[in-house]
Amino acid sequence: MTHRRTMLAGMLGVVFALVFIAGPVAAQNDQFFPLLVYRTGPYAPNGIPSANGFRDYYDMVNKRDGGVNGVKISWEECETSYDTKRGVECYEKLKARATVVHPFSTGITYQLIPKAAVDQVPLWSSGYGRTATADGTVFPWAFNAPTTYWAQASAVINYIAQQEGGMDKLKGKKIAHVYHNSPYGKEANPTLEVLAQKFGYELTLLAVDHPGQEQKATWLQIRRLRPDYIYMSSWGVMGQVAVKEAAAISFPMDHFIGNWWSASEAEVVPAGSAANGYKGATFNGAGPNWPVHQDILKHVYNGDQAKAKENNWGEVLYNRTLVGAMANLEAVRVAQKRYGNRVITGAEMRWGMDNLDITAARIKELGFDGMMRPLRITCADHEGSGPVLIQQWDGAKWNPVSDWIPVMRDVVRPMIEQSAMEYAKENNITPRKCE
Amino acid sequence: MELLIQVFVAPFLDMAGSPVFLLEVIINGLLTGVMYSLVALGFVLIFKASGVFNFAQGAMVLFAALTLVGLIERGVPGWLAIVISLGVMVALAYAVERWMLRPLVNQAPIILFMATIGLNFVLEGSGQIAWGSNVKELDIGIPDASFDVGGILLNEFDIYAALVAAILVAGLAVFFQKTAVGRALRAVADNHQAALAVGIPLKTIWIIVWSVAGAVALVAGIMWGAKSGVQFSLALIALKALPVLILGGFTSVPGAIIGGLIIGVGEKIAEVYWGPVIGGAIENWFAYMLALVFLMFRPQGLFGEVIIERV
Amino acid sequence: MIYLEAGQYKTTYEDDQAIFPIAQDRYLVLAAVLVAFVAVPLVANEYWLQALLIPFLIFSLAAIGLNLLTGYAGQLSLGTGGFMAVGAYMTYKITTAFPELNILLVFIFSGLIAAAVGIVFGLPSLRIKGFYLAVATLAAQFFIQWLFNKVAWFYNYNPSGTITAPPREVFGVMVTGPEATATVRYLVALSLLVLFALAAKNLVRGRIGRSWMAIRDMDIAAEIIGIRPLPTKLLAFAISSFYCGVAGAMMIFLWLGSAETLAFDINVSFQVLFMIIIGGLGSILGSLLGAAFITLVPIFLINAPALVGVHMEVALERHIESIVFGAMIVYFLIVEPNGFARFWQITKQKLRRWPFPY
Repeated sequence: MTHRRTMLAGMLGVVFALVFIAGPVAAQNDQFFPLLVYRTGPYAPNGIPSANGFRDYYDMVNKRDGGVNGVKISWEECETSYDTKRGVECYEKLKARATVVHPFSTGITYQLIPKAAVDQVPLWSSGYGRTATADGTVFPWAFNAPTTYWAQASAVINYIAQQEGGMDKLKGKKIAHVYHNSPYGKEANPTLEVLAQKFGYELTLLAVDHPGQEQKATWLQIRRLRPDYIYMSSWGVMGQVAVKEAAAISFPMDHFIGNWWSASEAEVVPAGSAANGYKGATFNGAGPNWPVHQDILKHVYNGDQAKAKENNWGEVLYNRTLVGAMANLEAVRVAQKRYGNRVITGAEMRWGMDNLDITAARIKELGFDGMMRPLRITCADHEGSGPVLIQQWDGAKWNPVSDWIPVMRDVVRPMIEQSAMEYAKENNITPRKCE
Repeated sequence: MELLIQVFVAPFLDMAGSPVFLLEVIINGLLTGVMYSLVALGFVLIFKASGVFNFAQGAMVLFAALTLVGLIERGVPGWLAIVISLGVMVALAYAVERWMLRPLVNQAPIILFMATIGLNFVLEGSGQIAWGSNVKELDIGIPDASFDVGGILLNEFDIYAALVAAILVAGLAVFFQKTAVGRALRAVADNHQAALAVGIPLKTIWIIVWSVAGAVALVAGIMWGAKSGVQFSLALIALKALPVLILGGFTSVPGAIIGGLIIGVGEKIAEVYWGPVIGGAIENWFAYMLALVFLMFRPQGLFGEVIIERV
Repeated sequence: MIYLEAGQYKTTYEDDQAIFPIAQDRYLVLAAVLVAFVAVPLVANEYWLQALLIPFLIFSLAAIGLNLLTGYAGQLSLGTGGFMAVGAYMTYKITTAFPELNILLVFIFSGLIAAAVGIVFGLPSLRIKGFYLAVATLAAQFFIQWLFNKVAWFYNYNPSGTITAPPREVFGVMVTGPEATATVRYLVALSLLVLFALAAKNLVRGRIGRSWMAIRDMDIAAEIIGIRPLPTKLLAFAISSFYCGVAGAMMIFLWLGSAETLAFDINVSFQVLFMIIIGGLGSILGSLLGAAFITLVPIFLINAPALVGVHMEVALERHIESIVFGAMIVYFLIVEPNGFARFWQITKQKLRRWPFPY
């Protein structure tokens, strides 16, 4: 027993000593992107395609073009398991060289918004995070382009009105919002409430607690309520359970619309045929039939389609991070135009992102034609108010079933500015001036 | 005042107003409760025979389901995959006994509890290494259609799940009451030392109990996995089983069933009728509050062994 | 030889009742505190502070709090995360309402509110015992999390439903908020920990601590010798929740900076429980060592492959970390079931004789 104790003591001593050797990585001669991914844990089914999209796009650009204007791209993944506390460690480890940080998780985004501003690292939370960061005067370092949860909710109401044949038809309609009981899930509520007053539909809010494997009570309420439409903000396992439950009470699936994190392969594939007809919002096209996917297939997977598919090639979340990765590199190019073709620092990157303008012509050039809409970010507007597309699952793939639906910027933008101002007041931030 | 009416009067009027819907809520609650019981059963078996509160039960559900789905995905026929998965769970039981329980024999319950936490991490890691973290569809051919009985909508799958649970509990009851091994298990549960003295091999018994708990975990994994897809979240349903377990008593198989039914019905009624008044998603904490109320009257759970303290 | 206390004569009662009666212990603790206060801030970089040391300090405080309740008073609790959330949300609420108030005072106030909540959920402990008592604290855990998520008043009605640590100064130095340097936040956390650890150490060897231990060892017997179970147990809940509340406030204000209720979920409660079991139930030092084990070892394990130059996929790395960590826990328990505290005692015993065999 004695020598086992000594051994144990030695082992633990080594561990405690060595943990301090690990530390931040020094700067190198390439454009570095830290990726805070989650390939394990309860949200891995969403995390894996997202992580693969970034990896493949950067890899492809390196192999096809040799980087951005001659500057090689490098990246490092750090596993967070969607845990805020692990995210802290990842961020501290990788921030020194970071061009831009993708927190990939709502919790980590909240945690990094104040921190990144001090460390001068831009944050890119594309379609997630804190909605108010769309106001660039209060949040100079955080970006949530192309569009926000609030804008999305307004677009979905727009879509429902289109289906019903006009805004005035919304009056008296019953719409239920089934949401993940967390700050993320609640994001859409204020917008939906404001719009309910404006257009006169009846709104019911139904919360589902994390993780959401058991939702009988929620769907019993829906069965009794018989809403005309259901809008859902789900995350993780909650999505596919909800889809199955909706099918079980024979709710018309084409009146069931998920937000963009609730409508990917991870929600519908495990639900099987129950998911047919389920709709979802998105800000990027799905499927692998875009030019950029052919480039990735050729350069990253050497034409091996099976292998590419195994790596989520063409899935909704994969495509979403492709768009994000592309927008990042475009921002690097903008910054390089001003600061020269070299490795761009975090502060320079922010300038690039503030002046990002991805035109339709440029989108076509990059092989994203039709997959996304033009995006323009300004100093004050870190969102761009991009339009939203509605897609529908047919049992095998997601198909677009609408045009790009405009968001109600006139309703949403004042709310964002008000919320940002409250944040600024609470945290003694003086909003910057934007010309 | 208005709030008081909303909380104390309106829900009851609502119930009386549509008794059919109330019945539907209750039936759905019962069916859900059975699903909780499936998970709670695994805890009870191990606690009963070895006094270990097995934190890794959730991870065992995940591990068993992942193994099964992984095998099916690789083209193994369903029945064979189930047999192999059962074999894996038995092997796991053997390993647990050999490397964890045996060296820790005679330690305090809290130490054994901590050891199962270690096991939990090992299972979570190895299950995902072997079969990946992505979500997998599990379709074992149980029909999933809904049908209407006098205005009450029922789901075939839920009925089958209840049947499976009933068969499982009946089987376990017979196993415990009628077979020699079952009697030995009960003897061990009553008193380790006395059992050893009359010649019951403790090690074998532990392997058997952990194997049976592994089999129960597999069944729970199949039923829950068919509902939500097989993925890491399966490990989290252990949390839904906790109030059931405490309410029913850690040592009682029927307690796990009755506890499940009470929790199931209680939380559904609370969520449907009181949820909208106070903001919804109250199921999770309500289950614990309900268990707490029961425990105030029976501190050892509904069917748990009475705790006798002597100075 | 090293731990020889021969020749250390106690001539007064004060000497005899000192916290560390052996001179070596005294010097060791003093040295450790000195290193922590002086040497560490001088050499540590931000990664050490932010990723390793600050979380270690915060979880140490929470572990001490839980150890008072579970280790000393024998009441199992799985509501640590909930009580920490009370501390954090109350601190946010008070400091946004009264920005001039010294933030450290606010920590204390919030701790007191957490203590009150702890008393409420401690009430069932008079009737329910052992593993069954977990239900009361689990109810607290889930209810509190739900409450802070649902009632907008707690997060000042901001639409994101999260709380953010606003910038606050103490004696002209920025202590919280994004502008506060990691070194300052580390020193504040360290001071609070040292202060509260000392208080706890004194508490457990006094009348209160002894009555807790009597209740833990056999409550009926304790009742017979005149210890009133209800006030004693409730006091344990109150003080434990106070510690957890302060730790929760520190977690948001000195470490994360911003968080949602998910940061205080049931996993936090379990983690703190793991810390005190592996550290040693009924030991203040054990709480610290347990916190170090649970917070630092996984970070070491996930970085270990890169340190030795092995590069593998992050998911695989994470799984291996999980397996090795689990195996380490089991192995540790087999070698030393009573935790780090006992381990340290045995080491001391050995050092007393070392290098002589007898």
